Amino acid sequence: MIWNENKECMSVDARRELQSKRLHRVVEYVYHNVPFYRSKLQEADVTPDDIRSVDDIVKLPFTTKQDLRDNYPFGLTAAPRSEIIRIHASSGTTGNPTIVGYTRKDISVWSECMARCLTSYGITRNDIFSVAYGYGLFTGGLGVHYGVENLGAAVVPASTGSTEKHVRLLKDLGVTGIACTPSYALHLAETMEKMGIAKEDLKLRSGAFGAEPWTENMRHEIENRLGIKAFNLYGLSEIMGPCVSYECDAQNGSHINEDHYFPEIIDPETLSPLPCGQSGELVFTTLTKEGMPLLRYRTRDLCTLYDTPCECGRTSIRMGKILGRSDDMLIIRGINVFPSQVESVILSMPECAPHYLLIVDRAGNLDTLTVQVEVRPEFFAQGFDTFEPIIRLEKELSARIKSVLSIGVKVEVKQPGTLARSEGKNRFVIDNRKLK
Amino acid sequence: MTINQISIFIENKSGTLVKVLKLLKEEGIQLIASTIADTAEYGICRIICSEPQKAYDTLREHGVAASLCEVFALELDDVPGRAADAIELFASKGISIAYLYSFLLNGKGCLVFRTDNNSLARQVIQENELKFIPEKDLSKLL
Repeated sequence: MIWNENKECMSVDARRELQSKRLHRVVEYVYHNVPFYRSKLQEADVTPDDIRSVDDIVKLPFTTKQDLRDNYPFGLTAAPRSEIIRIHASSGTTGNPTIVGYTRKDISVWSECMARCLTSYGITRNDIFSVAYGYGLFTGGLGVHYGVENLGAAVVPASTGSTEKHVRLLKDLGVTGIACTPSYALHLAETMEKMGIAKEDLKLRSGAFGAEPWTENMRHEIENRLGIKAFNLYGLSEIMGPCVSYECDAQNGSHINEDHYFPEIIDPETLSPLPCGQSGELVFTTLTKEGMPLLRYRTRDLCTLYDTPCECGRTSIRMGKILGRSDDMLIIRGINVFPSQVESVILSMPECAPHYLLIVDRAGNLDTLTVQVEVRPEFFAQGFDTFEPIIRLEKELSARIKSVLSIGVKVEVKQPGTLARSEGKNRFVIDNRKLK
Repeated sequence: MTINQISIFIENKSGTLVKVLKLLKEEGIQLIASTIADTAEYGICRIICSEPQKAYDTLREHGVAASLCEVFALELDDVPGRAADAIELFASKGISIAYLYSFLLNGKGCLVFRTDNNSLARQVIQENELKFIPEKDLSKLL
């Protein structure tokens, strides 16, 4: 089912015309209302009148997370204070948090886009939908909540925590749809098992998952353990929140609500735009946002865009799975390597624990990548006595990683509990090359 | 006919072996024989000790990657050539030896080894009336 056929299935030309008109308008809007953008545009020698179509977007400067931090809290807000009706904040692990203000129209666009996502997941006004994203400063909870209300389904604002109570409500209310992080979905499944509640006791059939990277293996695990179909939901608070893109039944990438969020893929090194089908960093320009519009915001998320037709009938461009982050991307022997690619291989091996360390080094003129991975304690249980199982595991892992990365790696098996646990970002990589 | 050997996976970094030996010391477990096989990155330490089950439980409790496994221990007269004679009996039946080590105890030679076919190896021992060390004798060996 499709929520807004007019917009989701509009002809590519008509959408382009709409995007061009909106792009011109948003550039004009920030030029007159955000001193930061006015000076950036002036530096680039660009006036709003230079932006006549989406092809002109390349003339615009990029916006980064650092710009948001530097202009904390309201420096990038374009709407007058009296028009802002909600403020969200993302946790700032490094520096200032990111503050995003929304006008009444922003909330309405968000709810519209979110309703498109939910409809695509098969949710209708007859459903009971539980939102188990955190409510509060995080955009996940309230963002999905307003979408469910807009759609007309009954929303259960479960939030996170009190998982046992939540499981009970899922069962007693006959909840049919759910939104949460993929890891919380697995936590729910574990809690159900502990409580002796089988998936057959629930009426859940559809779930929207996002806000953290997840693999196909996790998707299958969630689907099997909860007895539902699991869909991807992508978004980021700087752009709006959850609702930026969503999977359809084809699950062949996530459709971007590109009449509101204009996507580009760029090479994170050279910053030049890349065509559809090539992977690079995802960049969004908000086309209709009033509170805090952003021009060419660099998400740091790496993925590929697809403009090939989708069997669901939607004509919007699709984004593939997030391959990693441009800020932790490694270039090894000229090949882009994202730690998440290695991670997904490790997660697919039952012998391995999800703890690993990538060590990049340079031997002579050749980059080397060593993957240290912990095995599960069962690996050394009764009967382990020779190197053979270790060597077999190393061979299997390095062959699989090589087929994903296209470069050879050295795998080192580590004992359970010996690798440092990550406490933040980028703790899984040590780059010993002294290249700069 | 077999005895329990402790096999421990050891990464090649200092301190790992000490930890294992200290744990055994604290439990009053005595080593009868030990050997380390190694590659560039890893080692496997194999230990015959007075109380294998207790040693295994202690090591696992402390997170050591240990396992218990069955190996043969033959007692041989301390005379040149006895090991060759014994191993030849197994080889002639097509039994492969995965690893082997030996030590002298109370004037007797002791040959510890793992085979790829334990049931056939048992047969060879029986047919040739080879003298093997049973598990219950381990604590008496010392």
